[in-house]
Formats: sequence, C-alpha cells, structure tokens
Amino acid sequence: MTDQQQRNLDPAQIEVDVTAGIGTTPVDGTDARQNSLWSDAWGSLRRNVLFWIGAFLTLLFTLMAVVPQVFARGVDPRACDLANSKALPSAAHWFGYDIQGCDYLANVVYGARNSLIIGIFAVLVILLLGVAVGAIAGYFGGLTDGILSRIADIFYALPLILGALVLLRVGPSTDIPIINSRGPGAVALALALFGWMTAMRLVRSQVIAVKSQDYVAAARAMGASDRRILIRHILPNAVAPVLVYTTITVGVLIAAEATLTFLGVGLQRPAISWGLQIAAGESSIRSAPHLVLFPSIILTLTVMAFIMMGDALRDALDPRQRS
Amino acid sequence: MGRYVARRLLLTIPVLLGASFLIFAMVYALPGDPIRALAGDRPVSPAVVQVLTERFHLSDPLWVQYWEYLKGLFSGDLGTDFRGRPVLDTIVRTLPVTVKLTVVAVLFEIVIGIVAGVLAGIRRNSFFDNFVLVSTTLVVSIPILVLAFLTQLLFGLKLGWFPIAGTREGLYSYVLPGLVLASGSLAYVARLTRTSIAENMRADYVRTARAKGLPQRTVIVRHMLRNSLIPVVTFIGADIGALLGGAIVTETVFNLPGIGREVFDSVKAQEGAVVVGIVTLMVFFFIFFNLIVDVLYAVLDPRIRYD
Amino acid sequence: MNTSTGSLESHSPLEPAAGVGPVLEVDDLHVEFRTRSSVVNAVNGISYAVHQGETLAILGESGSGKSVSAQAIMGILDVPPAVITGGGIRFQGRDMLTMDEEDQRKIRGPGISMIFQDALSALNPVYSVGFQIGEMFRAHRGTSRKEAKQHAIELMDRVRIPAAARRVNDYPHQFSGGMRQRVMIAMALALDPRILIADEPTTALDVTVQAQVMDLLKDLQRDTGMGLVLITHDLGVVNEVADRVAVMYAGKIVETGTVDDVFTRPAHPYTLGLMNSIPQVEAKGGRLNPIVGQPPNLSAIPSGCSFHPRCPRARTGAAAAPGRDCVGDVPPLRLVVPGREAACHYSEEVLGV
Repeated sequence: MTDQQQRNLDPAQIEVDVTAGIGTTPVDGTDARQNSLWSDAWGSLRRNVLFWIGAFLTLLFTLMAVVPQVFARGVDPRACDLANSKALPSAAHWFGYDIQGCDYLANVVYGARNSLIIGIFAVLVILLLGVAVGAIAGYFGGLTDGILSRIADIFYALPLILGALVLLRVGPSTDIPIINSRGPGAVALALALFGWMTAMRLVRSQVIAVKSQDYVAAARAMGASDRRILIRHILPNAVAPVLVYTTITVGVLIAAEATLTFLGVGLQRPAISWGLQIAAGESSIRSAPHLVLFPSIILTLTVMAFIMMGDALRDALDPRQRS
Repeated sequence: MGRYVARRLLLTIPVLLGASFLIFAMVYALPGDPIRALAGDRPVSPAVVQVLTERFHLSDPLWVQYWEYLKGLFSGDLGTDFRGRPVLDTIVRTLPVTVKLTVVAVLFEIVIGIVAGVLAGIRRNSFFDNFVLVSTTLVVSIPILVLAFLTQLLFGLKLGWFPIAGTREGLYSYVLPGLVLASGSLAYVARLTRTSIAENMRADYVRTARAKGLPQRTVIVRHMLRNSLIPVVTFIGADIGALLGGAIVTETVFNLPGIGREVFDSVKAQEGAVVVGIVTLMVFFFIFFNLIVDVLYAVLDPRIRYD
Repeated sequence: MNTSTGSLESHSPLEPAAGVGPVLEVDDLHVEFRTRSSVVNAVNGISYAVHQGETLAILGESGSGKSVSAQAIMGILDVPPAVITGGGIRFQGRDMLTMDEEDQRKIRGPGISMIFQDALSALNPVYSVGFQIGEMFRAHRGTSRKEAKQHAIELMDRVRIPAAARRVNDYPHQFSGGMRQRVMIAMALALDPRILIADEPTTALDVTVQAQVMDLLKDLQRDTGMGLVLITHDLGVVNEVADRVAVMYAGKIVETGTVDDVFTRPAHPYTLGLMNSIPQVEAKGGRLNPIVGQPPNLSAIPSGCSFHPRCPRARTGAAAAPGRDCVGDVPPLRLVVPGREAACHYSEEVLGV
C-alpha cells in the first residue's frame, strides 16, 4: 500500500464522486436526472484540454496494441544481432538497441499489447466482483453486509502489490488454472483479487444512498422485485462514480503490472513487456540509460492517459465542483 | 469516545486475523506441494521434509496449522526462517530503516504538499495554482518504479547530489527514496489542501473573523488554516500506516534494507514464516494508524462524536 | 468592559474627527460584482446616517443590496469579485475607505460590529464559544487568555445565556439556535461598539425565539447607547424596534423616513406594495396583494425607475409628465414632505397630497 499504485485505489481519492450520481430531488426520474448529468458532463468534458490529451494518448496506445507493426516501422522485435547490443538511439533506430541487440523501438511498441490486455482484463474482473459484492452488501444490509464488508476490510489491509506478489510467486507451484500459468491471465487475476475492494465500497455506498430515496420506496410499494429495483433504479446511479474509478484504475493496474513484472513475478521471458525491459535495463543504467528511459516514458504516458481521462471525468461528473 | 475506541479495537481483531490468515493460507496451503513451495528452489532431502512437516504441522488441517502459529504469535514467537534465525530478529533489524524512510516521506508530504496546496488554494486560478494542478496530475501518473529510476538517473548519476543506493550516508541516503515514496501522497496532499483552503476561504466563520477585526495573520492561521487542515492531517495520519507497510519497490530499487525489501526477498526465497510475520505487522500498522486517525479526527473537529 | 473610546490614544481611528454628528455615514456608496461574463450592480449609490442610540432599519427583499452594503462597511466583501466603485463610508467623521488596512481593522470590533443571520455557520465550529468571544479582547486589547475567558463569561451572562460559566467551553453546535445567536451578539458587543450592524439577526430562528432576541438587542442598545443598523425583510421587526427605515430596491434607497410615517403613509409604490402584502389581522379572509413580477436582475437593471416594470402607477410616453417618464428618467431620492425622502416621480400622488 506504500507504493503509489496502491494509494490510487484509496476511496478517499474517489469519494468526491460518491454523490455524483445522486440528485437532490427525491422525486422519481432516474432517467431525467441521468440524462442531464451526462449531457452536462459531456459539455464540460468537451472543454477540458486534459481530457482530449488523455483520449488521444489512449487511442494512440490502443492502436499500438492492435497493430504494433505499423508503429514499429515494420521491424521485427525479435530479430536481433548481438553486434548491436546497447547501441544508442540513432536516426534509423530511434530508441537504439537493447542488450541482445534487438531494435528497441519495436520492442517498446510491442509491449503495449500485454499492458493494455492485463489492465483492461483486470479492471473487468474488478468491476464484476466489485459491482456484484457491493450491490449485494448494500442492498441486503445487515449480516450479509457485515460479513462482506469485513472481508473487503481484510483484503483492503493487504497492499495490492504485496498480495499479488505472494500469489504470483506461489502460483506456478499450485494446481489452480490460470494462476499457475505465469501468463497475462495470472497477473490480471492476481491484481483483480487484491484490487476489487474500492469498487465494492463505491457501489455499496451508492446503493445504500439510493436505496433510501423515495422513488425506490415507491417502486417497492408498487411491487417491484428486488432484482428489478437493483437493476432499474439503483445501479444506473452508481455508473458515474464507477466509470471514473474504472478509467483511473486501468492506468493504476497497468503500472502495477509493470511493477510485478519488474519484480520478477509477472510476465516472463520471452514475453515482451515494459516491466521486463526496465528490469533488464536496470543493470546497465549507467552505460545505456535509454534502456530504462524509453519503456519508462511510454509506460508513464499510458498510465497518464487513463488517469487524465479519469480526472477529467470526475470533474465533469461531480456537480459540486462546477463553479 | 472510550467506548468507541474499544469497539473499534475489537473490530480490528477479525481484520488482523483475517489478513494474516489470508497470507498464511497463500503461503502454506495453496493446492500443490507445500514442501516444494516452502523449500523454494533448494533440493529437499527426506529428512528436511520430515522436519518441515513437523515444524509447520503440515500433516494437520490448515486451521490447526494457523492455530499453532497464532499460539506462537501471542507468546512473542514469530517462528524462524530456514536458517533458524528468529523472524522477530529480522523485523527488529529491518524496521528502523522503514521507519526512517517513512519519517522522511511524511516530512516531504507536510512541507512540500501542504505549502504548495495552501499557496494554490489562496491564489486560486493563478499561475502557481495551475502549475500545482498540472504537476500533481503528472506526479500521480508516474509509476513509482519509473520515478525511482528517473530520480536515480537525474539526481544521482547526472547531478551527483544524492546517493542512489544503500544507507551508508545516514539520513541523507533517505532523501531521494523518501521523495520518491512520498510523491503520490504528496500530490494528493497538495490537492486536498488546495480544495480545502479554497472551500474555507469563503466560509462564513472566516468572514466573521475578519468582521471581528482580527489581524490578517490570525484570520488566516487560526481560522482558515486550522479548519482547512483537518482533512489533510487525517490523511497524512492514515498514510503513515500505509508507508510503514514498507515500500517494496522503493526499498528494492534504492537498496534499502527495510521491511519492504525484506518481505520481497522472503517472498522470492519462499521464506513463509518471515513473509507471514512481516505482513501481519504491516497490516497491524495499517489498521492501527487508521484507528489513530479516527480518534484524531474527533479531537480536531469537536462536531465529530462517535458515541 | 468599561473602557470607553476616550481612554485610547489620540491617534486611534476610534477617536472622533469632529464633534457631534452621526456616528456612521454612508455616502453615495457603489458596489459591483465583476464576473467574467457580467457585472452585477449590487449597490448603486446609497446614502444614510446613523446617530448614537438610533435604530435604522434597512428594509428590502433579497438581492436589494442591503447585506452587500453592510459587508462593504465591515470591509468583509470578497474582493474580487466585489469592487467598491465609489462613495464613502465615514465612521465618526473619518472615511474608512481611504484609511489604511490596519486602522480599518481597529474599527471593526470596538467601533463597528456585526452579527450575522446564520450563527451556526458564522461561528467557527472548532473553537469553544468562550474562546471566540474572548478573541475580541485578546486581539484588540491584548488581554490574557484567562482574563478573556472571564470577560466571555460576563458577556454570556449579559446576553442571558443560562449557566454561562459552565457553557463557556462548549462548542457552537452544542447550543440551540437562539442561544447561538446570543453568543454572536455577545461577541459583537464585547468591545462596546458605537455601531452594531445586525444582518437578518432573527431570520433563522423560531418565531418565539425571534422576539426574545429582538428584545435582548433593544435592551442592550438602551444600555450602551450604540447605533443599530438592522438589516431585514421582516416588516414586523422593523415596526417594533426601528426609529427610522430605509427601503431598498435594486441597490438603491427608494424611500426613507420615520417608521411610523413610512408605514402608515408610504410615498413610494414599492413601499406601498410591501405594506399591502402584509396579512392584516383585521381583514380576515381578505386576499393578500403581493407585488406582481420578478425581482430585478442586477446585471440588467431596468432603465429609468428600476421598479417601473412592476409598478402599477408607472407612466411612460404621453402619459408621463415631462422629465418624469418612469421608463426613461431616473427618479432622484428627493424630499417629498418634511422628514421624508422618496425616489418616485409621482410620490405626491402615492401619498395623496
């Protein structure tokens, strides 16, 4: 929890969003309030430079993950010549060569795919876990809520990187599918398993807040079922804060993946990953600093893209911050 | 208040037990071969298997194993590592490094974070305010791993201002890693302070303080700052608990022998007893400082009453 | 408590500049709020004077500029966006707007003091009421903390807070609304101010408590001889405690006079409208006659008489007398009958003289 990736999952940072979806009027009209919330938000997003920078970078790195050969200028990242080992950047090879003498631009570009896949897959699992557990805890309350919230507390007390580190270290010697694979799936699952609690708390508090509103009571009085109330009336209100959280979290998880891989428990060679590149470059940081620098910069820009978009979304969706 | 603290303390017990059990279970009980996991990459002789099985009660069900561990824990015995060194000794050796690192990091949060936040909040929409906004977004986006290497490259290798590894130069060795470790919280503290100041500047009671004819300094320090810093102080308090959890990446990259690096090395070497012992301690810090913050909050803001 | 202004050094800004005269004079005051998109003309040239022991009520609806003018006097406008664009504020003959900051500060508290509408938000939640009252003595007279607290207890007694000595260490949220407003009053009166500005002091309170607080203010004024500026939209309160009244509309004073005169025979159609909108006990079952239309938009104040869009007597074009077109000509505040000023082209008609 010391490392910044963990702190970004702190609910305090997202708490401003908690009320974003809740209107002040207790009358019915989930739809009407949602509509004006989203159209207002879009109006303010459109004028936010940071949002557009974030969106542009996200698009850029997504393309990089889908068609890396275009960005690598057709160079094969695995076509290496030891004679070029650690060669510095040049006009023909913008990022220079790595220790094995592979074109570094191609390697850095090809690293985007694993990062994005892990980030997005992990966030989807987090959402699934968080929304399901949070909605159940908030809606049913009482003992159910007590138990589920304590479980979340337990996971919350464990630092994300540390929990994932332990699981990924013992993973390969277990019989659990995916977790024992040493692949992107294992990293994503490990991150999700120790990172779902904030999403759960967010959804839970939204559900509790909305549950007591008059229009939900009215729906119940008219005989709507629990499931229908949850899906029709309560969850739509949780969408705004969860969306902000999700966007930021993708960035946080991409950084966490690179960290775990750097620490030796994430992706393994011959996979191409920014974490592996930084780890390999560390030993020659004095003679060839570009080996650490380039994957670091691209990694940072990717993380920044998502955090900027999330920040802009937060500002746009929080009516209290409008002046 | 007393009753609230007692109740909270009681509530922390299941969390503390749960978290340590979770780690314990991951280390000792995941399906597979526990002896192989315990011994890591070392070759294992049947005699060692016998010893390990007995020492960790491996033939018993998991909860019995954990119960045995807990019994040891309450008598101050955290077990030993493979070389027979008590885990407690390892903690006593490594914790001071982490404590120093935490102190340095918190000082950065207070000095840079609060000052930047106050100035930005007072002069909202000024150049400095925008600078703080942009730079905090930047800092939050740089993974700590990257930041560690960047500062090493720039301040260590290029400029030669700070040592980049080890603790040989005393507290001075902690400046760079402390700054790196603090970065994320520092940015958050700056933003939190800025928002809080901007909100309180227009507060009715600040207007009242001016109408009372209090000197400008008193209005700002006693009425505006005092109130604005309540959420900041509580955040920093909780952050101490998090920072004491040891910074795996920072301590590893800067080669600081604190509990963060120790736990990382132990995970790599699959030193189960050390991992469980240190993680339990980290969780304890985390929970303890969160409790302290709740109490502190009530002290700082008399409107908060827990009973 | 008993230190009079006379015991202060002669260079004090609290020392009167001239002999006898009004304690507070506001002279052609203009205040604007400038935002990026518009300029809000909150106060557009108001003048009034308050003498020792006198109660002046400033009556108006929200947005009429009554509170803004009070904040300008106290120097607590948020600048920017607010800007004082003209006029003067004289305390005992000295213009506060041209004084340096430090002299202005020394007047706030012992010279002019203010109480606010919502005592809960106007008091700092994290300090005890005793500390906040005592702060006046510590800041202006350098009293020790212990002595200041003793003074605070005496003041709380004086504003009739029961068990003052026990409650002095309590926090604002621990008091009821009425008691909290008494704490505000105690704080404002701590240094025996020459002028007390009360900005809607009873609006946030229950009706029964309102009367108690107003009675307290009246009693305290009688004891100290201070001038009282009572800002309110409550006609009943004005009727009960004020000597003179100034009616404000769209940042201007539209009528002034003694309360009895103005209330019984209004000279401005707006004042008349206000009087007609009060429910009359005698006329049970009758209809209320509210003023029609919307309060003016202060960033686009109507031309001529700013009240003309809502005025049943407005005359324009051929119907208007020369130079007295309600849409085109701004009516000056003028003496209509002795002791009465009104800003209406047709005041005489309204009065029926």
